Amino acid sequence: MKHTISVLLQNKPGVLSRVTGLFSGRGFNIESLSVAETLEPSVSCLTLVTRGPDHIIEQITKQLHKLIDVIKVVDISESDYVEREMVLIRVKAESHTRAEVLRVIDIFRGKVVDVSPKSYAVEITGPQSKIKAVIDILKPIGIQEIIRTGTIAMARAKKF
Amino acid sequence: MKVTGAQAIIKCLQEQNVEVIFGFPGGAVIDLYDELERSDITHVLVRHEQAAVHAADAYGRVKGDVGVALVTSGPGATNTVTGIASAYMDSIPLVVFTGQVPTALIGNDAFQEVDIVGITRPCTKHNYLVKDPNELVPIIREAFYIARTGRPGPVLIDLPKDVVNAKITFTEPKPIKMQTYRPTYEPHPGQIAKACKEILKAKKPVIYAGGGVIASNSNEELTELATKLNIPVTMTLMGLGGFPGTHKLSMGMLGMHGTYYANMAVSKCDLLIAIGARFDDRVTGRIDAFAPHAKIIHVDIDPTSISKNVKVDIPIVADCKYALTAMNRWFDVQEDFKEKEQEERIAPWFDEINDWKRKHPLGYVEEGDIIKPQFVVQKLHELTKGEAIISTEVGQNQMWAAQFYHFNKPRHFLTSGGLGVMGYGFPAAIGAQMAAPGRTVIDVAGDGSLQMNIQELATARQYKCPVKIAILNNNFLGMVRQWQELFYEKRYAATGLEVAPDFVALAQAYGAVGLRATKISEVEPVIKEALKTDNTVIMDFVIAREEGVFPMVPAGKATTEMLLV
Repeated sequence: MKHTISVLLQNKPGVLSRVTGLFSGRGFNIESLSVAETLEPSVSCLTLVTRGPDHIIEQITKQLHKLIDVIKVVDISESDYVEREMVLIRVKAESHTRAEVLRVIDIFRGKVVDVSPKSYAVEITGPQSKIKAVIDILKPIGIQEIIRTGTIAMARAKKF
Repeated sequence: MKVTGAQAIIKCLQEQNVEVIFGFPGGAVIDLYDELERSDITHVLVRHEQAAVHAADAYGRVKGDVGVALVTSGPGATNTVTGIASAYMDSIPLVVFTGQVPTALIGNDAFQEVDIVGITRPCTKHNYLVKDPNELVPIIREAFYIARTGRPGPVLIDLPKDVVNAKITFTEPKPIKMQTYRPTYEPHPGQIAKACKEILKAKKPVIYAGGGVIASNSNEELTELATKLNIPVTMTLMGLGGFPGTHKLSMGMLGMHGTYYANMAVSKCDLLIAIGARFDDRVTGRIDAFAPHAKIIHVDIDPTSISKNVKVDIPIVADCKYALTAMNRWFDVQEDFKEKEQEERIAPWFDEINDWKRKHPLGYVEEGDIIKPQFVVQKLHELTKGEAIISTEVGQNQMWAAQFYHFNKPRHFLTSGGLGVMGYGFPAAIGAQMAAPGRTVIDVAGDGSLQMNIQELATARQYKCPVKIAILNNNFLGMVRQWQELFYEKRYAATGLEVAPDFVALAQAYGAVGLRATKISEVEPVIKEALKTDNTVIMDFVIAREEGVFPMVPAGKATTEMLLV
């Protein structure tokens, strides 16, 4: 099963490699990983998406927590959460498809961020399912380049 | 107070009560050595950096404190990796200082530069590159704290040459409190009660004790619990000495080369109480056939050890000493708990165990005048009254020592358990001797593994360490040969040591004493001679060449599928 794990860690050199080294060394897989500093510049937040049976996920969270530089580990997917990913896609846009591409981007509430006579570069944000949908639709038109940020996620606030 | 980085390091070592360190100098640490020479800290100059780490490891184990090693940059640092990885697998507290090129040169492929922090990241509990001289003192203090608390382990500090030479302010120590590292010592009372109730229900309980018992100094608490409840105890390789090996409740070691009765008891028990052990594959054999009928209680200070290999029913994250004390106190206040009744209730279980003991005791086949290695270890035990500190190399020698030297006290058995480092035993013996001068220290060695660090004869002689090396010499890399005999139709690929030194002459070349026994009647005189010699001694026991270690659970088999003598 897919899990989205949020890790707060000290913003120091080498910390990211402790995390990735743990995954490669123990044979855990990383589907995506995204990291940047928080409001507190000495602390970074890392969001990683991984897959595995429950006992592996349990090991992953425990092993992450065991790293000395790790402050907090939360398996966000255990409760309600919001996830987002951003993707930049350069899609072929020649005279007969230019209008269609714009229509598709509009439907997905995307933005054109770069234009050339034969292509558009577009920016789309959303949960993974939406990113997948837009890629599936644009593929037949011709995707020339694609860059994804990887998922970031936040647990929903308690309502009551 | 303004001091140099080097002076600050020495002050920090003194603050941590470090009396002996093991190391090897070089350009990057020459300033630190200059300062060290003028301090009251004893430095043991090894002949290879790997030996410095093993010696520090053993020194720490015998003392029950943190061992310290100091080496230079580049090859000095890379040579420590095996020692560090071994200490990491065995949860041994160490602080290793490595020299580094000046900060301005880092990343430039400078002479003797290596990214040792990167290299040792997966085999240290934590490591540091000190870039800011003002961080030096707090980092050293934190390193010692991390090494010795929680599940102990090695910590490495990489010291750029300019940091060692910088002028800094030496700050007074403060209690260490880390936001991100707070090991759990106290057990959850609810879990303790749950575990104790389960123990009272069990008809066939077994205690499975590991190195955590020794690391936490809880051998007395363990003995109290086992005797109070009359529960048989089996130990892992790392746990030997955590419970008296000659006690009537002891079943010796379990696992691949464990006793028949220990492995049978674990496979038939209805409750397995794991204390400071980690369900290593050498213990469990085929995992789905390990303790198949048992509920499992697992006490460990490291949460990642729990339910890693085997699903645990009652996890207790705590220091073994705290958890065992809590369990003992729980039984003390139970008004309806009577030791006598408990003993009677478990009596049928002991009938079963004793039956296994009678059927397949630990043993070996005598062969006329040929020396059997097990006999040598038994004689060592007898002639040292079981009081010696024993280190081992890795392989058959290690298993025979574990099986036949019945350790009654903790911190008397030094072995590279998890990583299985050939060449550990001799430097470890030197480290142990430095920690316990006046005590008998014996390295039970093989002729193969001893040669992996035999250069340390010079170190042993230089520091007048009267360690005794007992070579069980079969002229083979014996354990691999044994596997080849059993599973590869005796095709002895690369396990015959066709050229070997004359170990007696070799000892003499270093100014040590060499003795040899080639038949059974010579074993005792050689050991007696060695024990009364106040010098480093090599005892070369020429043993039965193709003797095997039994019982043996073939890799990947259930622990009940033992090959017996």
